[in-house]
Amino acid sequence: MSELHNTKIAVRHLDFYYGSNKSLKDINLEMPEKQVTAFIGPSGCGKSTLLRVFNRMYSLYPGQRATGEVLLDGENILSPSMDVNMLRAKIGMVFQKPTPFPMSIYDNIAFGIKLYEKLRKVEMDERVEEALRQAALWDEVKDKLKTSGLGLSGGQQQRLCIARAVAVKPEVILLDEPTSALDPIATLKIEELVSELRNQFTILIVTHNMQQAARVSDYTAFMYIGEMVEFGQTNQLFTNPAKKQTEDYITGRYG
Amino acid sequence: MKLINNARYRRRRFWNVFNLSMSIVATLIGLFWLIWILWTTVRNGAAAINIHLFTGDTPAPGSMGGLRNAFVGSLLMIGVAVLVGTPVGILAGTWLAEFAQGKRLGSIIRFFNDILLSAPSIVIGLFIYAIMVVPMGHFSGLAGAFSLAILLLPVVLRTTDEMLTMVPGTMREAALALGAPHWKMIVQISYRAARSGILTGILLAIARISGETAPLLFTALNNQFFSMNLNEPIANIPVVIFQFAMSPYHEWQDLAWMGALMATFAVLVLSLGSRFLIKDRSPR
Repeated sequence: MSELHNTKIAVRHLDFYYGSNKSLKDINLEMPEKQVTAFIGPSGCGKSTLLRVFNRMYSLYPGQRATGEVLLDGENILSPSMDVNMLRAKIGMVFQKPTPFPMSIYDNIAFGIKLYEKLRKVEMDERVEEALRQAALWDEVKDKLKTSGLGLSGGQQQRLCIARAVAVKPEVILLDEPTSALDPIATLKIEELVSELRNQFTILIVTHNMQQAARVSDYTAFMYIGEMVEFGQTNQLFTNPAKKQTEDYITGRYG
Repeated sequence: MKLINNARYRRRRFWNVFNLSMSIVATLIGLFWLIWILWTTVRNGAAAINIHLFTGDTPAPGSMGGLRNAFVGSLLMIGVAVLVGTPVGILAGTWLAEFAQGKRLGSIIRFFNDILLSAPSIVIGLFIYAIMVVPMGHFSGLAGAFSLAILLLPVVLRTTDEMLTMVPGTMREAALALGAPHWKMIVQISYRAARSGILTGILLAIARISGETAPLLFTALNNQFFSMNLNEPIANIPVVIFQFAMSPYHEWQDLAWMGALMATFAVLVLSLGSRFLIKDRSPR
């Protein structure tokens, strides 16, 4: 795979612990730049845990720790000297449930931008519009930017969260089951959006839905009980899996 | 459709009706006393209401007057109590909710705060009497304000803690995932999400302290004259009601009823205000 694309994130011998419970076991993986990588596997297989390693979200919680190496452009993000706020500026995240902040649509987007840049009103207006356009939300909200973000529908809220993430111009976007709380039409919109955004960002998406992984991703990683079973090009993995376990899962024999 | 009508079903229906009726009766008993109290206060207070209520000070027996000095004294002391107690309560509540989740020290502090919350107010008054009034050698409005602040503190602390705990963890994570530093997340996201809840707690705490009499008897005592000096005894509504209602003078008794009516009205306004804020919390 790496012949075609540069590696954006490389994972080397990653172990992860919740307290004394080891929930990721020796994960090795190379994720290509400006491609969509999907993580699939049954509940509890560790795919969300893995995603939360990439922006060091886990380090908020005492008792959770990761060992090994995760290299972002060659730099180990697990090293204690890593500035997690700067890391999170480069790696944005969208969660399972939409998490709009209790403020206006405009301020939801501006909040992230203001963390890194001091802009004049006009420039900020442009950036907010750009972000909302990128998230395919602009036309729906352009007349009500000053109203609360909590007043939007679930699908709109999720696109608002995507807009908020892209507004700070990250390099990588983590999507943690972004459509599991949405209806099929809102899901479709998010999937189309992911296909749009892959040109500019490296996207890692955790999903329960295998069809979704097949539709939106270039590469797929199949995980099972904390182990990386198989990783490869999505069409390869779905049409001709190398491992029996993978085949059983994607044909619906367990999970 | 086949109707079920066996003994088991009839018994269930009987208990349902019985329990529902008992609940209604109990509610009516509660409401009866509440309405009686309000009615007595309104009848006696409204009958005595006049123009001097807000312009005149507490009079000597037999002459006309109002409650201006008591209103001003109460407002001053409540104001100082809020200024002293609210920041401490909010900061401590923030620490408990944002930094002490699952920590032993956090649960110990919560436990002691709950004790403070239910401590009899007369004990608080006695405490301030011992540590402020006795060393200073005289009663003072400041001592009154501090005893009220101690009563207000645990209410504000508890509501701040609870309202911040209700802010979804994912919202915090979302702010931090954007690279926001911890303090900015708390100030701009957590506080904003819990804003109306915290404000409601402050209003309810003010409603609670505005009727407290016992701690003020030991601390601010009373003052027959208009004063804004917090370093000396100061008039206040609860103690004026207490003294005037028990006096043999008719004018004083009328003033006590007017004071009671105004205090009730103020608490009603505060409660309505907090209800309004709670409603406002769901922006949809």
